[in-house]
Amino acid sequence: MSEQTPTAPAAAAPIEKSEVEKRFLDAVKADERAGYVGYLVETSKLVDVATAVRDEMGYDYLSSITAVDYFSDAPDAKNFIEVVYHFYKSTGGGALELKVQTPRDNSVVASLTPLYPGADFQEREAYDLYGVTFEGHPDLRRILMWEGFAGHPMRKDWKEAFYEDEAKPFKNRWPEGQVYRIEDRNPYNKNNKYPQGFDPTNFKEVDDPKLYEVLERAAREYTEDIDTEQVVVNLGPQHPSTHGVFRMAVRLDGETIVALKPVMGYLHRNHEKIGERNTWTMNMPFTDRLDYLASMSNNFGYALAVEKLMGDKGTPPERAQYLRVIMAELTRISNHLWAIGFLLNDLGAFFTPALYAIEERELILDVFEATTGSRMMCNYFRFGGVARDLPDGILEKIKLLVHDRLPRKIDELDIYLSENELVRSRSEGVGVITPEEAIAFSTAGPVLRASGVPYDIRRADPYGIYDRFKFDVAVRYHGDVYDRYMIRIDELRQSLQILGQALKDLPAGEIMNGKNPYQVRVPAGESYGRVEGPKGELGYYIVSNGKGNPARYHVRAPSFINLTILEKMCVGQKVADVVVNLGSIDIVLGEVDR
Amino acid sequence: MYGLGILKGMWVTLTHFIDSYVEDIKWMGRKRYFTEEGVEHRRSVDAKGIFTVQYPEEKLPVPEEFRYVPFLVYEVDEEGNKHDRCTSCGICAKVCPPQCIWIVRTEDPVTKRPVPEPVDFFVDVDICMNCGYCAEYCPFDAIKMDHDYEMASFDRHAEHIFNKEKLSKPVSYYAGIRPANYTREEAIKAEEAAKKAAAAAAKAAAATAAPAAPPAAPAATE
Ligand code: SF4
Ligand code: SF4
Repeated sequence: MSEQTPTAPAAAAPIEKSEVEKRFLDAVKADERAGYVGYLVETSKLVDVATAVRDEMGYDYLSSITAVDYFSDAPDAKNFIEVVYHFYKSTGGGALELKVQTPRDNSVVASLTPLYPGADFQEREAYDLYGVTFEGHPDLRRILMWEGFAGHPMRKDWKEAFYEDEAKPFKNRWPEGQVYRIEDRNPYNKNNKYPQGFDPTNFKEVDDPKLYEVLERAAREYTEDIDTEQVVVNLGPQHPSTHGVFRMAVRLDGETIVALKPVMGYLHRNHEKIGERNTWTMNMPFTDRLDYLASMSNNFGYALAVEKLMGDKGTPPERAQYLRVIMAELTRISNHLWAIGFLLNDLGAFFTPALYAIEERELILDVFEATTGSRMMCNYFRFGGVARDLPDGILEKIKLLVHDRLPRKIDELDIYLSENELVRSRSEGVGVITPEEAIAFSTAGPVLRASGVPYDIRRADPYGIYDRFKFDVAVRYHGDVYDRYMIRIDELRQSLQILGQALKDLPAGEIMNGKNPYQVRVPAGESYGRVEGPKGELGYYIVSNGKGNPARYHVRAPSFINLTILEKMCVGQKVADVVVNLGSIDIVLGEVDR
Repeated sequence: MYGLGILKGMWVTLTHFIDSYVEDIKWMGRKRYFTEEGVEHRRSVDAKGIFTVQYPEEKLPVPEEFRYVPFLVYEVDEEGNKHDRCTSCGICAKVCPPQCIWIVRTEDPVTKRPVPEPVDFFVDVDICMNCGYCAEYCPFDAIKMDHDYEMASFDRHAEHIFNKEKLSKPVSYYAGIRPANYTREEAIKAEEAAKKAAAAAAKAAAATAAPAAPPAAPAATE
């Protein structure tokens, strides 16, 4: 067996590792860079290896795909783009990490979408942001940027129109102290670059030719007995049912969906590029702005990823561990309440259920505000701990909520909605996802578990101190909208279970491992930290080169990847169900678009 | 029976509706609306019925940790002169995630040494993301997060880069909005001062007690 790198997480079972190498003697070799784990795969053999990994070794869940640009100006530098894959078993356990390398000037990698349909959007994203062409991808278009965007922004040599410096802190702020408004230096119309031959004045997104071509292609596979005329309708981007600025281009046969393509990126701000300019610490408040309904979970995932690299220095003390769990579970409750409320909105029960749910969420946000200073942008986690201890009286308030009010209110919500005949007839049997599809499309969180796959990272690959708590992994078996609603009620109750235990055991003591420095040292290497966020697997893939800021900072956003299956859910159903299907996935556009 | 589920649901709605009035009757004589007590009750764990806070007539009190755009703390001495706590160390400018802090420093015209108090200090409040890092990492407790969230203005181009004058607030204001933090910090400072004083006293005592042995005294106090 090959040398294990020192930072290899204990979860990755060494037996399988050697198995991979033995199976593909010439195509796979262990990644021996310091601080790296996983295997380098010969680019031409990727599909073979991935097929065997899926069919023979049981790694049926392709969690994350991303690219890293290894680039340096130095004349003798070895520059290349690396595509990184994280595979898991849907029965639990650690990751199998595969990587392929491809030259920067002609980056071509085989697409895994035919094998793992869940790779679809993630490959499009890597194509969009890194310019990696995935051969064999059925629909390789830009996904977050628009057609009039020049270049691939995540490449290290791509610079924004208002470029200040490679990394923060910017010298013109400190020590130079120049004062100016950014807008004055970055005037409207001069802040953009178009690709060659692109004419912005005559471009009309409405007849976005590529998109409609894809829709038509998909429609050709759909056959009906009666030959009717099909129409294309754009739902969104400005539409209350889309929960933000999100568009679905659908092709309709009467009222029936024939094809559907999500269009996103309206809220894209290149979170990852900003993240690579930021220092490690600075990224923490930026993660709040991903899924802005669940900032604590976002903090959690990022803190975990960085702490993995930091080793012992990054281990939080006991009290902080418990506070983290308490906050993460409260976040899950507030998120699920919101999700249920707005699903009912989408079903047409306009705002009464939503407001009842929001009332309870409001009380949780009060707790967050008192502890962290902000209701939604909590910025609470630090590497090796949390920012503040609970102020006076808040622990009592949390206890009252967890032991008294929330259980009561969740029961009330359950009585109020679950048996309602209208809710049931609108949601049962709608948007069905089979377990096989759910896994193949890399769905995560409640969407996966409502399809009968009991996969919860808190149990399947525990992080923090989740292995200490007793709780059930909620699972439902029909895979329809109703089950995706019910699973959230189940999870609310399980979160209360965990909270009850965490509150009982909450020890006194320190909340930070050592000092809380404003600059942290993160040893070189890579790490992937993932948590079970309220919306599913939230992962952070980071690469450090030992400098003050990340060399790579990637977010595996559950809202984004869960959308891959939206078309599958909707085809063959009525247009009114699209809204409900989307609502049942529970997306937040801050996270979809990043 | 078909429709039972709907009826049960309607019952829940009805109890919510009635609760507001029952609460009003319970609060007869006391004021449930437009008073601090009433607002506090409506956001408490026992709240029932209507939750809505009628902003701006009613405002939710903010907790001590609440953070909004930072301000600079200055001390006032006996003669009424203001002294910035800030020493222009630049940590806040370096740690600020969106980089919206600019500090203008100066040096003493005679000695050419940098003057600790900044000449000017800017925060672009349009860009500030209220993360609270500046306050968290400032080693001198010189910059703190404010509670004042009502700062809309008509002209953001002219008014939204706050300068030192606009940012500065006295220590008493800080102690008013964050009493627990203030007390804690003062206690730490007092402790440190006491330690220093004790060290100084020991030094003085050593100096006076041993006039006969002058060469030993300096060695004893480093
Ligand atoms: S960190 Fe504190 S002392 Fe240093 S420059 Fe900022 S406000 Fe002044
Ligand atoms: S609160 Fe955060 S964003 Fe605002 S000035 Fe302070 S460090 Fe910068």
